[in-house]
Amino acid sequence: MPGPALSVARPDEHPDRILSLRGITKRFGAVRALTGVDLDVHVGEVVAIVGDNGAGKSTLVKILAGVHPADGGSIRFFGQLTPIDSPTDSLDLGIATVFQDLALCDSLDVVSNLWLGRELTRAGALDEVEMEKRSWGLLRELHARITDVRVPVASLSGGQRQTVAIARSLIGDPHVVILDEPTAALGVSQTAEVLNLIERLRDRGLGVILVSHNIADVLAVADRVVVLRLGRNNGEFRASETSSDALIAAITGAMDHSRRGGDDPE
Amino acid sequence: MRQGPRRVAEHPDTAARTLPELVSSGVVRARTGDLGVAPVLIGLAILWTVFTALNPVFLSPTNLVNLTMQSAATGVIAIGIVLLLLIGEIDLSVGSVSGLAGAILAVGSVQLGLPLPIVLLAALACGPLIGLVYGLLYTRFGVPGFVLTLAGLLAALGAQLQVLGTAGSITIPFDSAIVQFGQQLFVPAWLMYTIDAAVVALVAWRLVAEARRRAEAGLAARSTAAIALRVGALALLLFACSWYLHQDGGRGVGAMVLLFVILVAGTHLLLTRTRFGRAVYAVGGSVEGARRAGIRVARVQISLFVLCSTFAAIGGILAAARLAGANQSSGGGDMFLNAIAAAVIGGTSLFGGRGSAFSALLGVLVLTSISLGLTLLSLDSSVRYIVTGAVLVLAVIVDSVSRRSRAAAGRA
Ligand SMILES: Nc1ncnc2c1ncn2[C@@H]1O[C@H](COP(=O)(O)OP(=O)(O)O)[C@@H](O)[C@H]1O
Ligand SMILES: [Mg+2]
Repeated sequence: MPGPALSVARPDEHPDRILSLRGITKRFGAVRALTGVDLDVHVGEVVAIVGDNGAGKSTLVKILAGVHPADGGSIRFFGQLTPIDSPTDSLDLGIATVFQDLALCDSLDVVSNLWLGRELTRAGALDEVEMEKRSWGLLRELHARITDVRVPVASLSGGQRQTVAIARSLIGDPHVVILDEPTAALGVSQTAEVLNLIERLRDRGLGVILVSHNIADVLAVADRVVVLRLGRNNGEFRASETSSDALIAAITGAMDHSRRGGDDPE
Repeated sequence: MRQGPRRVAEHPDTAARTLPELVSSGVVRARTGDLGVAPVLIGLAILWTVFTALNPVFLSPTNLVNLTMQSAATGVIAIGIVLLLLIGEIDLSVGSVSGLAGAILAVGSVQLGLPLPIVLLAALACGPLIGLVYGLLYTRFGVPGFVLTLAGLLAALGAQLQVLGTAGSITIPFDSAIVQFGQQLFVPAWLMYTIDAAVVALVAWRLVAEARRRAEAGLAARSTAAIALRVGALALLLFACSWYLHQDGGRGVGAMVLLFVILVAGTHLLLTRTRFGRAVYAVGGSVEGARRAGIRVARVQISLFVLCSTFAAIGGILAAARLAGANQSSGGGDMFLNAIAAAVIGGTSLFGGRGSAFSALLGVLVLTSISLGLTLLSLDSSVRYIVTGAVLVLAVIVDSVSRRSRAAAGRA
């Protein structure tokens, strides 16, 4: 539970705070993947989570996505204490996750993937026309470079697949979109495309959690940067007021910010 | 055949698809390893040509009526196998489950003299019950379906022998309604033509309505010519079949055959037009992807085991009706192998995620054609086993090769 120094106990205090995690802990057997991690996400904000390999970024994402339940700590959603025990719980709250491995169904086409698990129906049958129409609308809004929505996603390029995964996350009108290493497998121009996309998500008023270990990307789009190191918070920075050197120092542990972890930025 | 209705929508702004486009997209699909039911259709054409050349009786209406009647029971069982193969699982016990259902039917109606509806219900019920047990064990303990249903095969066989008791073999009287249904009930020609016309009208109406909605939504829609071609082909196929089976003393379409075709069509609609069907293909494509999309994977898996065993029970009832009885070897021998072979020969992938309900229909036609064709040539089952085995290997090779070329073309 949050200590007295933390200021999230009162729901009405931060009306624009979508998500608030306190003291999140997760073990895998003997491995302590996360220890007492705190994180806040606000409306219209891009929060970057950075850290070295194995820092626990993906684990944190999976806890929010309901893939693994947390062992300890609290999750508040718009101030309400809310357990997230399954992917369905997470989706129902309005948390949409784009996983590092995308988790697309390769043999299904673009439209099917976009609407998977929340298909539109008409008189009990799939409403392919409406789904395809809205898919085009969404893809156009995201300026996606996809010319055929009825091909299996396996036949798309890495950037296109990433776009499909991001577009899919928007189908349920989420409050928060989580992107785990969205640019890790992409080339330069595709990376730029995805970063543009992230800015469009923020402009829609969504909270965005961007997991990355690419400092340049993070500084380019994030509002706030949360550093994880060895499964703990190791500092929190405003992107506009920090430098890549400071971030790298926090990531590698040259600078120990761990006591400051979870400090309220405001 | 691929999941879902396929449009090759080049772009939403291109108003209509022309015939050449249709053809070229088919060629692209074939080249990228998306063969659908094409191989089995070609195979069936070759088989029929060869058998007819060797003995013209093969193509006679009487023989084809016989062929459809002999296909129905195994075909129904094969539908269930298709469903499980779609998620990369298999049920080896469908033969003994069908035998058990047949035994319950025979014992209940003959030895116990119970009213037919109750006996039918009891025989049918053993399917979903067994499937539920499989599904729960599969999802709770992660027991591979292969082993689980192998154990089930033995258990169901034991249950079948227990039900049959010392009698061992029970004959259902010829005048029993169920035997009449299985052997004597044929759909009258006029009714068959009415059904054909209704189906054609329904499909035409749906295609036109869909094309109109797509055009209104600014999406690529089938041109009127393409729709006419499709509907025309369907009409030709249905009416030609109905007509030909009534020629030269052919008895037409058996009630059992109609039931089989209805079950195939119903399963096809379930798979392509419903959220459940979409979930099945998703689970077959990627369990983890489906789970993270919020699909309740365990429910899908349990439902499919239940459906598969249910189809097996229906198949067993049909077999008992057609053979007017049940005995200790009902559903035994190569029954389950034939059902599995039919699904695979029909084009359902062994690797999960690909296949269609129609592969049960086409696959079982191939198997029964081989069996009847060789019988007409006075060759015994030794040859049939060998030929069937060869065809099965061929089908699996086609499946593996097309999977590989899909991967190469990035359409895994
Ligand atoms: N499913 C799992 N089982 C066991 N250990 C895991 C599992 N997932 C992650 N870990 C461990 O937890 C730690 C954090 O991993 P992860 O969250 O993937 O790091 P990051 O995404 O920051 O690179 C690592 O030591 C990793 O080995
Ligand atoms: Mg990671």
